[in-house]
Amino acid sequence: MKTADLVNSLAADAIAPVRLGRRLGLALALGAAASLALFMAGLGPRPDFAEAARTVRFDLKFVDALALAAPSALLCWRLMRPDARPGALALLLVAPFALLAGAVVAELLLVPPDLWGTRLIGTNWLHCLTLIPLLSIAPLTALILAMRAGAPLHPALTGALAGVAAAGVAAMIYASSCADDSPLFVASWYPLATLVVVAAGALAGRRFLQW
Amino acid sequence: MGVEPAVGPGDDKWAPIMRAALAGDEAAYRRLLEEIGRAVRAMARGAFSRMRVGDADIEDVVQETLLAIHLKRHTWDGGPKLAPWVNAIARHKIIDAMRRRGARRLEPIEDFEAALAAPEAQDPHLRSDIERVMEKLAPRQRDIVTAISLDGQSIAATAARLSMSEAAVRVALHRALKSLAAAWRSATQ
Repeated sequence: MKTADLVNSLAADAIAPVRLGRRLGLALALGAAASLALFMAGLGPRPDFAEAARTVRFDLKFVDALALAAPSALLCWRLMRPDARPGALALLLVAPFALLAGAVVAELLLVPPDLWGTRLIGTNWLHCLTLIPLLSIAPLTALILAMRAGAPLHPALTGALAGVAAAGVAAMIYASSCADDSPLFVASWYPLATLVVVAAGALAGRRFLQW
Repeated sequence: MGVEPAVGPGDDKWAPIMRAALAGDEAAYRRLLEEIGRAVRAMARGAFSRMRVGDADIEDVVQETLLAIHLKRHTWDGGPKLAPWVNAIARHKIIDAMRRRGARRLEPIEDFEAALAAPEAQDPHLRSDIERVMEKLAPRQRDIVTAISLDGQSIAATAARLSMSEAAVRVALHRALKSLAAAWRSATQ
């Protein structure tokens, strides 16, 4: 078949192109809703949720998770274009880590050293390590499926970023249940759980985001 | 034989044509794809010769690139320039193709603005990628792509011949093109 023949078929195919932003936003919303439903059915927020919500340490967990999820989701959206320049947006990914580092320093100043160990280990680290990846499954799957419409030049990296966004969403949901609020705990276990999801995202990206 | 003018770096003459194409102007879209095809061919030929990769099957790369451009056209941001986006897709496909052909060392690929647009070579190669991946299509899909590509039939005529609705033919054609791209990817990976 000559190239001119192929062009005949391409020109005749007038099926409306995908709207990328809408598809990605929808995927994120559906994935988050599915994980939230799973969470409410199986675990639910901790009993003292209302009181905890008035403490800085508790609220900081949500701010941090949002600071992780938002720029990574935006980066995913941008990297779906083959001529994408991540630009300054990539720098925003530093924000959650800077925030967390600041919180850790504040905690070390506020809390006597003999409590550092207990605060860091907490009581729920195993929950944290298993539930965040578990609650990431739905958003990560939805994101990867939606991103198949894109044309990322770096499929593994783009998939990894989808993993970051999914872990951010999952962390936001999980944080409402976790009884450990100390930044020492958050800085130790949340990133570890996120790494698991990032690795899964990178593998999924390499496998499913090639085009 | 006319030689197309090179596409300059500040040249955004493609962008308005793509906008018209996305709004449903089939003739404009056909013209644009043909022009892009010539530019990509020149770009691939330059890259292949610099890498000392034989260019017998250059048309495979051109076709795979055009198919990707078509199926991914919604990833263009609609800005004032189309050329950087076309360049990115073409470069990606050309690098893939060279890797497959065993090029070890990859040199940077020049944008097509540097090269003269090239017409399709006269001699049809024996067995192109697209003919191999066409075999992977379901018979009905293959029939539709063949009718529209090779016989130049319209959607309406194809629909009438196959006793299908035009909408069904459009959907089948679109799915066939997506399957072609997927089969291409798995056949050449």
